[in-house]
Amino acid sequence: MTNHWIDIKNSDCILITGSNAAENHPISMKWVEKARENGAKLISVDPRFTRTSAVADFYTALRSGTDIAFLGGMLNYIIENEKYFKDYAANYTNASFIIGDKFKFEDGLFAGYDPKKRKYDKSFWGLKRDSKGVAERDLTLKNPRCVFQLLKEHYSRYTLEKVSGITGTPVDDLKKVYEMYASTGTKDKVGTIMYAMGWTQHTVGTQNIRTMAIIQLLLGNIGMAGGGVNALRGESNVQGSTDHCILYHIWPGYLKTPKASQATLAAYNTKYTPKTGDPISANWWGNYPKYSVSMLKSFFGDKATKKNDFGYSWLPKLDDGVNYSWLNLFDTMYNGTIKGFFAWGMNPACSGANANKNRQALAKLDWLVNVNLFDNETGSFWKGPGMDPKKIKTEVFMLPCAASVEKEGSITNSGRWAQWRYKAGNPAGDSKPDGEIMTDLMNAIKKVYAKGGKFPEPIVNLKWDYTTKGTFDSHKVAKEINGYFLEDVEFKKKGKKFKKGDLVPSFAYLKDDGSTSSGNWLYCNSYTNKGNMMARRGKDDPTGLGLYSGWSWCWPVNRRIIYNRASVDLNGNPWNPKRPVVKWTGPKTKWVGDVPDGGWPPMSNAEKTKRPFIMKPDGVASVFGPGRADGPFPEHYEPLESPVAKNAMSSQFNNPAIKIFDGPMDPFAKNDPKFPVVATTYRVTEHWQTGVLTRWQPWLIETQPQLFVEISEELAKERGIKNGEPAKVTSARGEVAAVAIVTTRFRPFKVAGKTVHQVGLPWCFGWVTPKDGGDSANLLSPNVGDANTMIPETKAFMVNVEKA
Amino acid sequence: MSGKSILVDTSKCTACRGCQVACKQWNQLEGTKTKNVGSYENPQDLSGQTWKIVRFTEGKNGSGKAYWHFFSEQCRHCLTPGCMAEVEKGEIVQDEKTGAVVYTPKTKDLDFKATLEGCPYNIPRKNEKSGVLVKCTMCLDRVQADLLPACVKSCPTGAMQFGDRDAILAAAEKRVAELKKTNPKAEAINADDVRVIYLVVDPKKCYSLAAGK
Repeated sequence: MTNHWIDIKNSDCILITGSNAAENHPISMKWVEKARENGAKLISVDPRFTRTSAVADFYTALRSGTDIAFLGGMLNYIIENEKYFKDYAANYTNASFIIGDKFKFEDGLFAGYDPKKRKYDKSFWGLKRDSKGVAERDLTLKNPRCVFQLLKEHYSRYTLEKVSGITGTPVDDLKKVYEMYASTGTKDKVGTIMYAMGWTQHTVGTQNIRTMAIIQLLLGNIGMAGGGVNALRGESNVQGSTDHCILYHIWPGYLKTPKASQATLAAYNTKYTPKTGDPISANWWGNYPKYSVSMLKSFFGDKATKKNDFGYSWLPKLDDGVNYSWLNLFDTMYNGTIKGFFAWGMNPACSGANANKNRQALAKLDWLVNVNLFDNETGSFWKGPGMDPKKIKTEVFMLPCAASVEKEGSITNSGRWAQWRYKAGNPAGDSKPDGEIMTDLMNAIKKVYAKGGKFPEPIVNLKWDYTTKGTFDSHKVAKEINGYFLEDVEFKKKGKKFKKGDLVPSFAYLKDDGSTSSGNWLYCNSYTNKGNMMARRGKDDPTGLGLYSGWSWCWPVNRRIIYNRASVDLNGNPWNPKRPVVKWTGPKTKWVGDVPDGGWPPMSNAEKTKRPFIMKPDGVASVFGPGRADGPFPEHYEPLESPVAKNAMSSQFNNPAIKIFDGPMDPFAKNDPKFPVVATTYRVTEHWQTGVLTRWQPWLIETQPQLFVEISEELAKERGIKNGEPAKVTSARGEVAAVAIVTTRFRPFKVAGKTVHQVGLPWCFGWVTPKDGGDSANLLSPNVGDANTMIPETKAFMVNVEKA
Repeated sequence: MSGKSILVDTSKCTACRGCQVACKQWNQLEGTKTKNVGSYENPQDLSGQTWKIVRFTEGKNGSGKAYWHFFSEQCRHCLTPGCMAEVEKGEIVQDEKTGAVVYTPKTKDLDFKATLEGCPYNIPRKNEKSGVLVKCTMCLDRVQADLLPACVKSCPTGAMQFGDRDAILAAAEKRVAELKKTNPKAEAINADDVRVIYLVVDPKKCYSLAAGK
């Protein structure tokens, strides 16, 4: 989230689409209701009428996988009707930037496409810059080659009729949503978006979010209280795990994972440290080497020296051009290359797209360690449906771990708040906190490597001192993440002195010479000499905006609303004085309110100011996004599996930059009459993720006991299925048995003049328990990923539904 | 004595069923074996082990748009409880301070059918093992310890409120006035007769269960 949960109450218009907040983030509705008490409107857009839709002021449906068309139409509406916030867009975004001559867009393809590699050469999308590298701008937004004009041209194609023909949303409903949301393009109104996996899990997932980000920028809704682009994370600590690099392509704090071709630390740092020619761009990522070196110091302690590149060569590198994301990992496992696997708090036999392939892949392993609270479909895959235990050689180890309330530590919520939790009780039986399991494991590995082995340096040199009296100590880890001064350091300009062993007060003090450590620069400031900031429980809210700056701690540097210097005009006065996030009060008293995005004076002070989007090299937000794999402007492409024969926008049917797997376990249906029905998957309030924690809980399984498929009354009639009867749902990859819920909450779509049916199933069930509960809906979903992130397209694929 | 009341604002209910589960947790009631019968609603009815359930009602309104109404059903703790008509030896009592209608273990001696018939809302059930009649207690044990009833405590959206009856009646009146701006049929059902007051936007069509017989 750019903002945070409580901040939703400050909104005037809340768009919930690509998520089902009432069912999957129930507590968020508290703040939605608070906003509505103040007159806010709630819009729900979803293929299915959900528990969120039930309380919305306006609901409409769209066919799964057509969000860019839906939002592209909104962009067209905003531009054509001049609903955008011009001062904001011109000054704080790259809408005014001039695009280079090589850029063009033709019939669904951007310039620079290589069809053989299915890849773009992004150098075709460059901006015009002067000799110093400063981008050329036209603040009037009239230059025909400026971002705004090309944006206008691009989305002029998304007319109401065209969009309706793709999405299946009636034209009147489109108009209504566009009108309601575009009303927030004024200084005193703000709109917010609450989205989740319904937007991300598509082959165009990243561009779904990009489209909304562009809308929010044009309407001036970023940095404002009650605005932002807000991802509702699917687990209580998934934000924390992402921050601390659960994904393959990043190190902690969103530093990049090095590539094999970056042989030295200097080569690595040079590659990822952006430069700017603009004197008033802060270009905060220019500090990159301070964060990478401090991280290496945290990993390897005294063993990391300037002479040995701070141990850079001891950390694994990615092979250039190789993608190590989930779908590729399971493909590699299926192909027999990966021999061992830790499934830690995960249940890929149910959670992963094309789960049959994952289950087969597990059978290729030599060993599998399943760390979980309960038995699950992953640990017991070898005795699952269709498996012959005699033929499976995989040795499975089950390690019981503690539940979240049985251990002390931090969790970081969607709003970036890291909250310290105390232990409520001891773990049951032999189960242990994850930290303790990891400590024991690494101690054992270190013992083995102390005797020698291949490339022992990373292991023997690893600093591994996070125990107190032999037991894992989460405070020690939290302090390491924050970082220490490793020698006495003086900052003369800032007039500050620190002693060796002091905790670093914030990332502004991190250095690239080895004198500081920080396990994650983004969390530097979370545990300082003043104490554990995450454990704070201050209840003061002086602004009345619900920032609660003294409650827990949030990254970066306790800034509750990021990009908040875009919430003021060029003189530092809030666009909306009724909801001032920050305000400039003069050179002595500076900014008041939230922690500002840097303390520089406002833009009217041309000499000393810095532009508000400090993480971007040009200091402005990207309406034009030349860094994405599949184009600088979002464009509608059909899902890999789609009910239509032709993409109504261009002759490019699918996203041209996606990877398509072509092995025996990777089938997909292309306009196949055997699979005529669109399907999507979702969660229910009553179960959590694959249900590993909730399916064993009698009070919860009682409320949602069995896999169901929700189908429209019209489709049910066609197939002769009555409400509550058993049905069979099949895709090119698998089948599941499900109870039919025949409902008016799903309606057939009119798409390109044709009737298109859609159904949906939850993915929280599995064969282990309960015995008559059914299996995972991911047995149906395809293993194809987004062009940028490789997140699987589980939200739009094709199936058939029959009476069982 | 005006006692206590609970306000259930169905316009804010998202049917998360936190209240249904919290009721089971506090009262240590069993999870029963259920099947999906073509609805999210489960268990199918109140029972000896289920004192609170969220009812789901869906359909199309006049303009053909879908609706999905949620009604979290429980004992209303009537001011003049019909279920007490047969009571002779204090089998059912009204707590003096709160007004909660409490079924004592002695209810096993009551005629279940007659007790049930006395209730306009079809609430009392019999615990099959003990023979004792059971239902929502307003979490009297919690309330006496200055805690909120478990269902109210669990409600994430603010759909449930607990407090002194006068304050709850005032809150109900205020909210009905707000809702009437967009839903002219909004009302607080039988507010003068019950302690658990349901606030609904369209009682006749969607909340027949709420209004009682």
